[in-house]
Amino acid sequence: MILAGEHFLNGDVACAEGAIAAGCRFFAGYPITPQSEIAERMAYRLPRIGAHFLQMEDELASMAAVLGAVWGGVKAMTATSGPGFSLMMENIGLGIMTETPCVVVNVQRGGPSTGLPTATSQGDMMQARWGTHGNHEIIAYAPSSPQEMFDLTVKAFNTAERYRLPVLIMADEIVGHMMERVLIDPDKIEVFARRKPTVPYEEYVPYKPGKDLVPEMACAGEGYRVHVTGLTHNELGYPDMTVEAQHRLINRLTQKIRKNIDQIVEFEEEGIDEAEVILVTYGINARASWRAMELAREKGIKVGMLRLITVWPFPSEPIAKLATQVKGFVVPEINLGQMVLEVERAAAGRTVVRLVPHAGGGIHRPEDVLAVIEEVVG
Amino acid sequence: MRRIKTKPKPEIIEDVHHPLERYFRKERLPHIWCSGCGLGTAMACLAYALEELSLGLDDVSIVSGIGCTGRLAGYMRSDSYHTTHGRAIPFATGLRIALEMQKPDHKVIVFSGDGDLFAIGGNHFIHAARRNVDLAVFCVNNFNYGMTGGQVGPTTPLGAYGTTAPYGSFENPFNLVYLAASSGAPYVARWTTLHSRRLKQAMMEAIMKPGFTFVEIISPCPVNYGRRNKMPTGLVEMRYYQRKSVIRNFADPKEAEIKPEGEIIVGTFVDEDKPNYFDIYRHFVEQMIGEG
Repeated sequence: MILAGEHFLNGDVACAEGAIAAGCRFFAGYPITPQSEIAERMAYRLPRIGAHFLQMEDELASMAAVLGAVWGGVKAMTATSGPGFSLMMENIGLGIMTETPCVVVNVQRGGPSTGLPTATSQGDMMQARWGTHGNHEIIAYAPSSPQEMFDLTVKAFNTAERYRLPVLIMADEIVGHMMERVLIDPDKIEVFARRKPTVPYEEYVPYKPGKDLVPEMACAGEGYRVHVTGLTHNELGYPDMTVEAQHRLINRLTQKIRKNIDQIVEFEEEGIDEAEVILVTYGINARASWRAMELAREKGIKVGMLRLITVWPFPSEPIAKLATQVKGFVVPEINLGQMVLEVERAAAGRTVVRLVPHAGGGIHRPEDVLAVIEEVVG
Repeated sequence: MRRIKTKPKPEIIEDVHHPLERYFRKERLPHIWCSGCGLGTAMACLAYALEELSLGLDDVSIVSGIGCTGRLAGYMRSDSYHTTHGRAIPFATGLRIALEMQKPDHKVIVFSGDGDLFAIGGNHFIHAARRNVDLAVFCVNNFNYGMTGGQVGPTTPLGAYGTTAPYGSFENPFNLVYLAASSGAPYVARWTTLHSRRLKQAMMEAIMKPGFTFVEIISPCPVNYGRRNKMPTGLVEMRYYQRKSVIRNFADPKEAEIKPEGEIIVGTFVDEDKPNYFDIYRHFVEQMIGEG
């Protein structure tokens, strides 16, 4: 079932294969560039393993169908881009409120609106964080290669099950379409099974949290007769429209992520201990920035890189610590300043934070990133 | 000074049991619906239908959208899902397909209102009927948005009044049974909550028939719709439906449009056998596996 071995794949196909390796058995989606290869791969693969691919009438329906499938007892995913991500926001909120584990992939393209359908962007980073209404926490990964499209999709499924919420993969057109070597070793793939109740029906309280603030999940037809609602609810799952119920529920949904932030947050470091300038990068922008780092080092500038693997939750603490030891952070983004706001917030004025903006459609020239590094070191 | 009337608390008599009470989340009753509303009747018909079909509480899931009817899922003691506005059908589609992989006999019933299923969810309805996934969709049609205070919707008859149509509705309504039939639903029926025995029978047929089945349930909404349209109580609105409805099984659904002052044709409009989504899926997958 798992595509094992060494392959030459584009990021979209690697993502689909990662989902299957993680146990995904339902995919619902709507055609949109540049994620189409994910849906097409799923349409080809899923019926061959007794699973279901469903092309829905729109992204609203795709996201709703994914949630339904999860409550039907399987692992499920959808993938989209730009405008489709906007349409999914409504039911991502339902997924957060009802604590429905699933994976949503956004292969980002230029926006707003129809924008640049076939060209890259990182313009949806804040939408990923705050796109659906109401106060909430989210988990989002930013892959920077086809290999990571595979690995982080597996991880996203596991994180979704562990913390019971929709987990986002914030990819982009270049990572989705670039072809690279992808190594898949089934023995090294860990899959986190859904947390099921073990108590009898009479004792089961659907939204009673465990120690880590995450409740166990009973799906349809398993004998637990659960009521699931997007309304504010009590531990029984019943609507409870009171200040107290809202306080309890929204705090728990937030705290289950915040309290486990050390287990969730991941980033990669390169030469940051000696660095006078640190590049804070994520996704495809890390690739151009890597070259800029090399060019700067050739010039004798001590540059390090902190590459975000989880963009949300944001690793504020490590950034805050590094802020006291560097001359500045340089943040290249294929947008006009989104994650840089988080870096500024964490640095809190203790050091210089400089954005290297790009409006989208392509990636930074390493020279442009280098120029900002040079400005920071003076 | 005006006196504020408070709703009397119902007296709970211990050790007296309703024959259907196992189907309901008794601890959540009384329900929130207004007196004179048809939703209680519709919900009772569903419970009678499940009982007569010998379907247990773990054999069915109920999915609702948002609105007065959307609250129905929360009163049924099966697995029940109160989803987002308009998205009950796609949610139920995912649920049913996932269950097909593990519990293929599990029934999924969508119970929602006319605004939810045909305005904000209209696109999902026609595509689900076309796709013919095994779902029973029951639409309580009360001709307006009750939960939000009586706005007109996609089923409001031409000229009827609502809070967003103070001069009467300017728009033509959908004929739901015609829409369902022409979108490919293999079972289509319409009854009012007055026809409770026939409504229960239609629900049983719809639940057991494979594929996408549809029952429109015309229901009084005296507080928000009736009151603004010369039917100030549930009784008056029910009498209106009694006077206007004509049973005509297998009538042409195209002719069943609900017009102001016209008759309301009720009955079974479509009951045909055709392969559902899972039949077709299995056929193609077996063919693919055969080819290797």
